[in-house]
Amino acid sequence: MILEIILVSVMLVAAISAGFFKNLLNAVIAAGFVSFIAAILFYLLHAPDVAMAEASIGAALTVAIFIIAIRKTKRHEDDEENN
Amino acid sequence: MRKIISIILLAVLIIGIVYCVREMPFGEAQSRVRGYYVSNGVRQTGATNIVTSVVVNYRGFDTLGEVTVLFLAAIGLSAVLYREEKKQRKAGRKSSLILYTGCRFLFPLILLFGTYIFVHGHLTPGGGFQGGAIIASGFLLTMLGCWKWGGINKVAFKITESFAGLVFVVVGLLGLLYSGYFLMNYLPKGLPNELFSSGIIPVIYVAIGFKVGSELTGVLDNLIEEP
Repeated sequence: MILEIILVSVMLVAAISAGFFKNLLNAVIAAGFVSFIAAILFYLLHAPDVAMAEASIGAALTVAIFIIAIRKTKRHEDDEENN
Repeated sequence: MRKIISIILLAVLIIGIVYCVREMPFGEAQSRVRGYYVSNGVRQTGATNIVTSVVVNYRGFDTLGEVTVLFLAAIGLSAVLYREEKKQRKAGRKSSLILYTGCRFLFPLILLFGTYIFVHGHLTPGGGFQGGAIIASGFLLTMLGCWKWGGINKVAFKITESFAGLVFVVVGLLGLLYSGYFLMNYLPKGLPNELFSSGIIPVIYVAIGFKVGSELTGVLDNLIEEP
């Protein structure tokens, strides 16, 4: 029970910070972290099938696709500080 | 004016959601079909993984639709990213020796693990979608780490994908021919917990594994190409 509470609170922090990061790479990694903790929670809730799908697609492939997409875009707020 | 309209629309939406959710009993069994699957699933389908028996057998038609959606997404992406003249892929920076060696060492193991996941989909957790995603992540590793590796053979991947989709549909149509229902389980079920058991479920899941793996690899390859 304590483990679940810790995981859910870390997940909430990661999800909220993903919206606030100025640097898109940090935001994508935070979103991938959310998926990874979701996979752990699915496993703890006795749903290993969903946990495997979430870990491989949400935490690996989606993050990779987002990073490739970010690499192809340009940054427009160069004068602001990286967060 | 626009703000007022959006506030009204949001209020209507919130009222609708609250009205639907208010009646919902929390933490109680919503449907009786769940108990039916748990008590009859192994006997009827022969698959010890109940999730697989639901995904491929009881709700096999939905899975066909799901695979079709994935196929359409991959087709749409390659249509958007298609270019008339293909530039030669640049050789790129040579990755370090540790990365190169580790990538070459890990790639067959990841492929083996993905194959294990989808071949044993009817016995252990996992299945075609998970195994295919693991295989695609293995190919992603080679795209990132092995600099000598000049992209995938696209034609071979397209043929694999189409053939796997055809296997799914043809197995379903054979069910229509033999038993009168699309995707009916007409092969012998065998004993539970054996690799060759539960009829058409392993055949379909192996086909889904190949299809998802080749599709996601094609998507990654389309994206990762140098503009």
